[in-house]
Amino acid sequence: MMDLLQQLTFLERGILAGLIIGFICPVVGAFLLVRRMTIISEGLSHITLTGIAAGVFMSQSTAFLGFINPLYTGLIFSLVGSLLVEKLRQIYKHFQELAIPIILSSGIGLSAIIISLSSSSYTEWYNYLFGSIVTVSLNDLLFILITGIVAMLLIAAFYKELLSISFDQEFASTSGISVKKMNFLFAVLIALVISMSMKVIGILLVGAMVTLPVAASMQFAKSFRQVVVGGILFGETAIIGGIMLSYFFNIATGGMVVVTGVVLMIVAVLIKQLKTNINPS
Amino acid sequence: MDIKKQPLALNIQHLSFSYHNQNVLEDINMQIPKGSFLGLVGPNGSGKSTLVKCLLGLLSPNAGSVQLFGVDVKKFNRWSDIGFVSQKANSFNSGFPATVFEVVSMGLYGKIGLFRFLKKKHKQQVREAIEQVGMEDYIDDNIGQLSGGQQQRVFIARALVSNPSLLILDEPTVGVDAKSVKNFYTMLKKLNDEQGITLILVTHDIGAMSEYVTDVACLNKCLHFHGNTNTFEENKEEMMTAMYGHEVNLLEHNHDHDHHHHHHDHDDQDGVRREEG
Repeated sequence: MMDLLQQLTFLERGILAGLIIGFICPVVGAFLLVRRMTIISEGLSHITLTGIAAGVFMSQSTAFLGFINPLYTGLIFSLVGSLLVEKLRQIYKHFQELAIPIILSSGIGLSAIIISLSSSSYTEWYNYLFGSIVTVSLNDLLFILITGIVAMLLIAAFYKELLSISFDQEFASTSGISVKKMNFLFAVLIALVISMSMKVIGILLVGAMVTLPVAASMQFAKSFRQVVVGGILFGETAIIGGIMLSYFFNIATGGMVVVTGVVLMIVAVLIKQLKTNINPS
Repeated sequence: MDIKKQPLALNIQHLSFSYHNQNVLEDINMQIPKGSFLGLVGPNGSGKSTLVKCLLGLLSPNAGSVQLFGVDVKKFNRWSDIGFVSQKANSFNSGFPATVFEVVSMGLYGKIGLFRFLKKKHKQQVREAIEQVGMEDYIDDNIGQLSGGQQQRVFIARALVSNPSLLILDEPTVGVDAKSVKNFYTMLKKLNDEQGITLILVTHDIGAMSEYVTDVACLNKCLHFHGNTNTFEENKEEMMTAMYGHEVNLLEHNHDHDHHHHHHDHDDQDGVRREEG
């Protein structure tokens, strides 16, 4: 498989990475949606930036750490951030929404410090913030592939349990599901998805891939399964459309993917409203 | 552990629970034999829901023990033998994208295991549970679009789908219209009569349930009474005074059928008589 991946052109690598992200983000997004936690993607993406900044800084300042791919440090920070969010939600039981701004601002603050210490070019940070499909290296693609497979396995294993907990935590627990374990696992899952999406979509835009496709599919879905399947369709359409547009017009990929996603969502809302106007039930 | 050989569905011994140094439950002792249909009644804030949560292991009591089918609740792991319908069951987000089928299948999720999806057999079980509560015409409808009474039926189906031996229902008729309440109780009685499921029905609505249950327990911090329905009817007034004090209007609810109007009138007069005395 390594051979096969090595033969890909830079553009093919980018597209493959995009397709993986377009598949997984909406699946996790569907669970975040029903648990009313989509905002967590914003907090985690910013703490992931801290991790990436730390990775870049370490590889610059110490020769023996030069091999570090900042995506890995990003993943570690994302994991820690995700668990901290869970912890903060327990501490501020009655004001759980506090957890996100706390993590988000800590993430940006730390990032600002580390970025000002490091000597990277403006372009490198720009790529991390807004995503760049053409700079997906073989190493990055491998990272996305592996985290993607792990995330898919976790979802396949715990789809039922996660759905049951999202709908009714008390019942889930009396049907023999460990809510605590599942929440931990879900935190890991979100962290994986956020950090794997970083390179293509960018830190500031990753929340969009988690939110927009399911926001669009929500318009038509009666069942949870339809939210997931519709979300994947909308997600992949946004990715493919966005990549094509950004390639032809030479515009930042992340931006184009997000704008395509927003357009899809608006179209979905309009179609739904037209349908209810014509056929009010 | 063979559940079939256990005579008791539930065994509660010296159970006490306090919250912020305030006693919510004091020394509760209760043995509930298999096959009974128990109405657990008490005023608001009497600790009914707390007791239910202790029975299900959702809360740990400060003292005493709970055994489900002879197994301490802390070690109990056969959760598919227990069905639970929570008081808050229909306070879910009504925009939640789930169909009746999906919600009812959640009752099997704990049983099926990891990496496994619903097989044909499981889907059949889900369909049967939905038919049992008469919701088969709504199987692919979104749960949020149904009426309160219909949602309640769906939650019963979710509790029934795993074929439980014990079904615990905490105030299941709150927010359900009077006519549906009667149908609902009839359905419960049928489950108890025909399938021998042990039922615990928690309610503050004594009048409506007393013609369906086999046993009654009265709770207000302590257990004031536990016995069969006939004994309860004989001692009803005493019990009620002990539990509720004087002026509480027990049956402050609107039933649209004559039988309960009768009860209602009776108790109103009763109240007046006490006030005069």
